[in-house]
Amino acid sequence: MIKSVDNRAWFLVLPVFALVAFNAIVPLMTVVNYSFQDSFGNNQFFWNGLGWYQELLDPSSELGGRFFAALGRSAAFSLGILAIEVPLGILVALCMPRDGAQLAIGLVIMALPLLVPWNVVGTIWLLYTRPDIGLFGWLINAVGIDFNATKNAAQAWFVLIAMDVWHWTSLVALLCFAGLKSIPDAYYQAARIDGASRLAIFRYIELPKLGRVLMIGVLLRFMDSFMIYTEPFVVTGGGPGNSTTVLSIDLVKIALGQFDLGKAAAMSIVYTLIVLTVCWVFYTVLVTRDSQTVERPEVPS
Amino acid sequence: MEGFLAHLAESTAWMAWTWQTGLFFVALAMTLTLMIGLAAARPEAPRVGVLHFPTTRGDRLFLSLLGAAFIHLGWIALVGGDDLAWASGLSVVWAVAVFRWV
Repeated sequence: MIKSVDNRAWFLVLPVFALVAFNAIVPLMTVVNYSFQDSFGNNQFFWNGLGWYQELLDPSSELGGRFFAALGRSAAFSLGILAIEVPLGILVALCMPRDGAQLAIGLVIMALPLLVPWNVVGTIWLLYTRPDIGLFGWLINAVGIDFNATKNAAQAWFVLIAMDVWHWTSLVALLCFAGLKSIPDAYYQAARIDGASRLAIFRYIELPKLGRVLMIGVLLRFMDSFMIYTEPFVVTGGGPGNSTTVLSIDLVKIALGQFDLGKAAAMSIVYTLIVLTVCWVFYTVLVTRDSQTVERPEVPS
Repeated sequence: MEGFLAHLAESTAWMAWTWQTGLFFVALAMTLTLMIGLAAARPEAPRVGVLHFPTTRGDRLFLSLLGAAFIHLGWIALVGGDDLAWASGLSVVWAVAVFRWV
């Protein structure tokens, strides 16, 4: 039996709600309005009913084809960076020094990439991978591998994923490190007495304790990478061709490049719904895990 | 008053309001107001349903609305956008099911 909750304190959130109304709810309502209309600018709108949605959800149409291709690229990017950053982050956290000056130095170095603004990260990697003057691009070409991320789609993807891994693995590692620090020493002592192998310690002591922080890490990294815009915009501009045009880049191309507000709005709505659903799933899993650990039913004696 | 309304219409023209979307948001706002009133007047206990975790009325409303959006989008994608009444009917069934069992 779960007790009922007095929700009246939530009314204190009203001032924040008013603030959010201006920077989120009003714009979002406007996007919904746009998604059912067509515009040629000058605030003149024409009713289009479900037209944009029908086009968007039909893969054989121009807009639909673009949308599903971009959605696939966004999903592939997110899954790709998660598949690298999560195991790598855990590995880095396991290898970090436990205390003393080494830890302080390690933490500062780890935090450095997190402090660099997105567009600067993009510029760094744009220069770094240039075949003529970039350290990486020049070196790779010098050893005989033809490397030019502006011409080769696979290499453009490699640069984007390497850049994201460079930028954000620290976040996963720092989260995991915090999770590891919270494991009492007694657990390790017990494992030593039992003669547990390093792998068994990781599997049965460390990994279960990391579950919660990993969940937060995966949620943050998924959301950030699924909505990524700045870095691909700076480094590849969505190219070569459309090979790195992820959802947000295509959205901006349609909304601001072609000024198709209706199409872009319909696409934004579907995009938002996908993000909202994934967020809800992660949030629910996190909260449910919490309540299960906190409100574990007492065993009757 | 006349001048104020004209000014308001002019300064919100960029929002491109239509009566259809207006009606949608009024209905949404009324639903939320009702739920807020209900939450204050009759506090409820979270309930564990088929999803094996506690949900409140608000959770169930959220799931109903999110599901309704996807049902409509799915209907447009698979059947077409000509007869959305079926999708709306399906959404009502979904909402009832969510409030009953989730």
